[in-house]
This record gives sequence, structure tokens and C-alpha cells, in this order.
Amino acid sequence: MNFVYEKLMGGKSGLTGFLILAAFIVLVLPMSLDLFRLNLVGKYLTYAFCAVSLVLLWGYGGILSLGQGIFFGLGGYGMAMFLKLEASSPENTAIQSTPGIPDFMDWNQLTSLPWFWEPFNSFTFTIVAILVLPAAFAYVIGAAMFKRRVGGVYFAIITQVVAVILTVLIVGQQGYTGGINGITDLRTLNGWDITSDSAKYIFYFINCGLLLTVIVASRFILTSKFGSLLLAIRDKEDRVRFSGYDVSNFKIFIFCFAALISAIGGAMFTLQVGFMSPSFVGIVPSIEMVIFAAVGGRMSLIGVVYGTLLINFGKTIFSESFPELWLFLMGGLFIAVVMFFPNGLAGLWQDYGHHLTNRLIACRNWIQSQLTSLTNRKVGDGT
Amino acid sequence: MDEYTSSELVSIFAMQGFAGISLFSVLLLMALGLAIIFGQMGVINMAHGEFMAVGAYTTYLLASLTENYAPSFMPYYFIFAIAAAFFTAAVLGYLAELALIRHLYKRPLDTLLATWGLSLIMQQSFRSLFGAREVSPTLPEWLLGSYQPTETIDIPLNGMFVLGLTTVVTLGVYYLMYRSRWGLRVRATTQNRVMSGAVGINTQKVDRYTFALGCGIAGIAGAAFTTIASTGPTTGTLYIVDTFMVVVFGGAASLLGTIFSAFTIAQAQSILEFFISGSMAKVYTLLALVLILMFKPEGLFASKIRR
Repeated sequence: MNFVYEKLMGGKSGLTGFLILAAFIVLVLPMSLDLFRLNLVGKYLTYAFCAVSLVLLWGYGGILSLGQGIFFGLGGYGMAMFLKLEASSPENTAIQSTPGIPDFMDWNQLTSLPWFWEPFNSFTFTIVAILVLPAAFAYVIGAAMFKRRVGGVYFAIITQVVAVILTVLIVGQQGYTGGINGITDLRTLNGWDITSDSAKYIFYFINCGLLLTVIVASRFILTSKFGSLLLAIRDKEDRVRFSGYDVSNFKIFIFCFAALISAIGGAMFTLQVGFMSPSFVGIVPSIEMVIFAAVGGRMSLIGVVYGTLLINFGKTIFSESFPELWLFLMGGLFIAVVMFFPNGLAGLWQDYGHHLTNRLIACRNWIQSQLTSLTNRKVGDGT
Repeated sequence: MDEYTSSELVSIFAMQGFAGISLFSVLLLMALGLAIIFGQMGVINMAHGEFMAVGAYTTYLLASLTENYAPSFMPYYFIFAIAAAFFTAAVLGYLAELALIRHLYKRPLDTLLATWGLSLIMQQSFRSLFGAREVSPTLPEWLLGSYQPTETIDIPLNGMFVLGLTTVVTLGVYYLMYRSRWGLRVRATTQNRVMSGAVGINTQKVDRYTFALGCGIAGIAGAAFTTIASTGPTTGTLYIVDTFMVVVFGGAASLLGTIFSAFTIAQAQSILEFFISGSMAKVYTLLALVLILMFKPEGLFASKIRR
């Protein structure tokens, strides 16, 4: 019990924060929003997976990845490929010149399914691929970079370049990937209509459950000895290396784990939104994920979820009513967060929030003391 | 490549090579500015592309002013436009350093985020001021047309002009950084800020002017850019990743490396573009760069300094 309490929840304040977040996304939001808005929240929460992964990677590990979109995209595309194959059964695509292959392949004069699409006919393979492929890709990048002690700025730039390569590849190879439009028209999952209202609710709650699980798992990693080492690597990499640890392996592990989390987010994105496109893979979404993490607080697993929700709601509201102002606001936010609140919302809460709670506690203590003195007096009167 | 005869191949390589030279010139001008900012100061300026756009828009503005109010001045305005592009971008860079960058020297990863924010703001400003459509200035006549040494080879004049401009700017940067007192101060500040301060160098001032110079060169890149393509609010972002690759690939603090890598990248992309689609040319070029960087993380011409 103590293990669960300390390691998974992060003690008393961690548990409170976690429960409040859980109640907020599982109870408050579904009860107060209509399905359309709730679906939007679900979409935003899939970005929160990436934000959580950046807390591990950037907040604790000091490794800034500008390529979380890569893994988000790989996860999303994996799921989209499965759904697309299901949607393009020979009966559904009978009007095409080659029935049984996705419509965009037919438009691009492909006559058979490319080999790397074949395995995605299997749901089991798809799930395994979503969990394994992005992490394996991250392993390749991570091993190549960290083993050669490439870090910091160079790592950020290289992940960014990889994101560019992947985007250009997806856009350029229209016949295999659906090009700039992405993979669209996804309707069923194993025969179950994913556009129905009930499916949207179910996916929302699955998404919440997965996100909360990921947060707990991340907390477990951070409170373990590995977490302390990660912090040590961030602050004095050489000292950790000279103490006999193989720094690169720790970095590779956390990079792979972050990739895994992001890929889960991507897969849930496809399921809830019903399509996947290269605009969720490239530089801009990847940097936006960093800003979600920065605004929420790069050191706080819970804070980044609020940060993600806040920015995305801001984006939706502002770009609906003042599209001109949105980029100014977003740019200003970037600058303000970096210059004035490096620990984001969570940092603000830590700095000022506990004044608030302290005051509340002081208030409660005062009332209690008044009450006890009152009862004491009464007791005194009685004698 | 079998379907081309050898003489055709020579022409293709020559023409794509010259097309690549325009790309090379713009990339090099961008990269020179970035190499100064990133290589010397360690600031990751994600808004560098937007400073280039500032230069391009300044040129456009000057061109339309000249066209409307002093048409007879048209043949000469471009020279002034280059100077104006330099100064506008440099002044904006100076202000950005003053307001933003100087607070972040100790946090290089944070400069990346802050300057990305700056780039968003600048992009939206372009959109509000000049509209979302791409614009291009009316070029003076001597920049149009081409020179034909043989039947099959066709060399555009604007490419030649931009190449000349790039050469002049590169020599200027070389002189400034490696042959002048000011460059000595910049390099001293980069190597050891505290010590430079102790021997009487005003490091804050050096930083500010270095950043302004880097942005100013990006402005010149913008002026050069207008001769080969039109400018839109997001033009800058298209080039920023390539530019970073040029700087990183060449080795951050090396002028020679920057020139070499800009040339290699531009030529590889341009020549490949003829044989395979443009997007695949970009994929192969970038992929090759990433692979090479995995084996030589400090870039090709790394300075042998222990940090």
C-alpha cells in the first residue's frame, strides 16, 4: 500500500493532484460538455500524451526532442492504416479499378497493396506495431545520437530534421501514404462504427484511462532510482558518467519510453478524430507539443495536461473569433513562459498556490481552535 | 541515367549546377548569419528565417515605392534595397537581442523556444502588413534574362548576381570576424565571457552587435531571395531547417565549413531534383546529412576545442 502511495502517486500532494485531474477529465468535463466539445477535449488529451513524454524527456532528462510529432504520427498512422484497410474491403471499394486497396492508392495508379501495408490487416499486429515500431525507431535515433554523445542543441536540431524528412516523405509518396491529405474516411474498428456517439464516449474514457495510466507509470519511473539518475544526468552529465553509469543507455531508454507514450497518443488521436495527416507529424506540431509542456510546467506530469487543455482551448476559441490575434498571443506566450515562468503553470501553483492552501489551512485551524475553545468554555461552564 | 547521352548529362549537370548556385547563395547567406549567431554565440535563432523575410519584404517595399514615385530610379534601386534590407533586419535583430535574447544566454534550449515565439509573432505581422499572398518586387531589367554559352546551357543572370553578392558578403564576414579588432573581441567573448569582460571588452555590447550583424546578413539573404522566388509570410520557416543543417553539417564555428556544406547541400538537392522528384531529393539529401552527422557529430570542419 505504501509502495503504491509513494511510488505511483508521489505522496500526498501528488495523490491529491492526480485525483483532482482524474475527477476533472473523467467526471467534470463529460458532464458539462456536449459530445462535440468532449470529442475535442479527447483530441487535446491525445496531445497531452506527448506533453507528458516531454516532461520525462525534457523536464527531467534535459533532452529537448523537437520530434515528438514523429512518434505521435507513427502511432497515428499505424492505427489509421489498419482502419483504412478495414474501410477498403473489396465490397466497399467495388467502383475502383483495383478493388480492395485504399482509395488514394487507386487514385495513384497502384494496382496492389504495398508489402508494408499487408501486416496491418491484422489488429493484433497493428497494436504491437504501434507499441513497438515508434519505440524501435526512437532506439535507432537515440542509440546513434547518445552513444556518440550528441546532445543538447544538436539533438534538438536532428530530431527536427527527422521530423521534416518524415513529413516530406509522407507528403511526397502519395500512393503509399495518402499524401498531404493523410489517411481519411476511417469508419469502423473490427466492424464497430467509430463515428457513432457511443463509440466517441467510449474512446474518450479509454483515452482518459490510458492517459492516467501513463501518468502513473511515468511517476513510477521518476520516483525510482532511475528518476534520480535522470535528474543527475540533466544537471551534471559528466559527473554521472564518471561515477560509472552508462549515461547513454539511460537517455536511450527514456527517449524510447517517451516515443512509446507519444505513439499511444497518436493511435488514440486517429481513433477519436477519424483521420491522420502529415500536419500532425512535422516541426510545427512537434514544437507546439513542447510549448504545451512548457506552459503546463516541464517538471509536472499533472500540470502539462492542464497546459495542453488550456492552450488548445485558447487556440480553438481565439482562432474562431480573432484568427489574427492568435499567433501573436501564442508567440507572446512562448516568450513569456520562457522568460518569466520557466516552470509553467505548475511552477506558478507551487509558488503561489501553497500560499492559498496555507491560508486555507490557517483559516481551518483558526476555526477549529475557536470551536475547541468554545466547547472548552462550555465544558468549563458545566463544572 | 541510361537514356541521357553524355553531352546531355553535362548540360544537365551544368544547368542544375547553376540552378543550385542560386540555392547555394541564399543558403550560404542565411547560414553565415546563423553561423555567427549559433556558432559564435550559441543562440538557436529559430526566427532567423523571419529576419530573412524582413529583408525580402523591405526589398519589395522599396521596389514598389520606387516604381510608384521614381520610375527613372528603377535600375539602381536594388543596390539600395540590399543596404536597406541589411539595416532593417539588423535593427530588428538589435531590438530582439535587447528585449529577449540577452536574458537567455545561459539557457540555449530556451532561446529556441523564445525565438520560435518571436518567429510566430513576426509571421503574423507580415500577414497583417503585407497580406497572406506571396509578393515579389519588380526587378531591375539588368537582373532578368540569361547568358547562353552553348545551345543547351542557359545560365540565369540573377543567379550570377546573387553569387557575386554572396561572395562579397562572405569576404566581408571573413574580414570582420577574423581580421578586425571587432572580430577578435567577438571571438574572445565566445571563448571566455568572464575573462573577456575582465580584460575590458564590453561583452554585452559585443553580443548585441553580433546578433544584429547575423540578422542583418539574413536580411541581405532576403534581398537576394527576392530575385529567385516570391516571398510569403511563411517563407522563412521553409528555409530555417535547411539552414540549421548547413551550419551543423559544416561545423558550427567554421566559416569554411559553412561555405562547403552550403555548396554540397544545395548542389546535391539541385542535381538530384532533376532525376527524381523534388521531395525525394530533399529526403535523400537530409537523410544523408543525418547519417553523416551520426558519424561526425561536430560537423565536417569542427574546430578542435575542448569545451
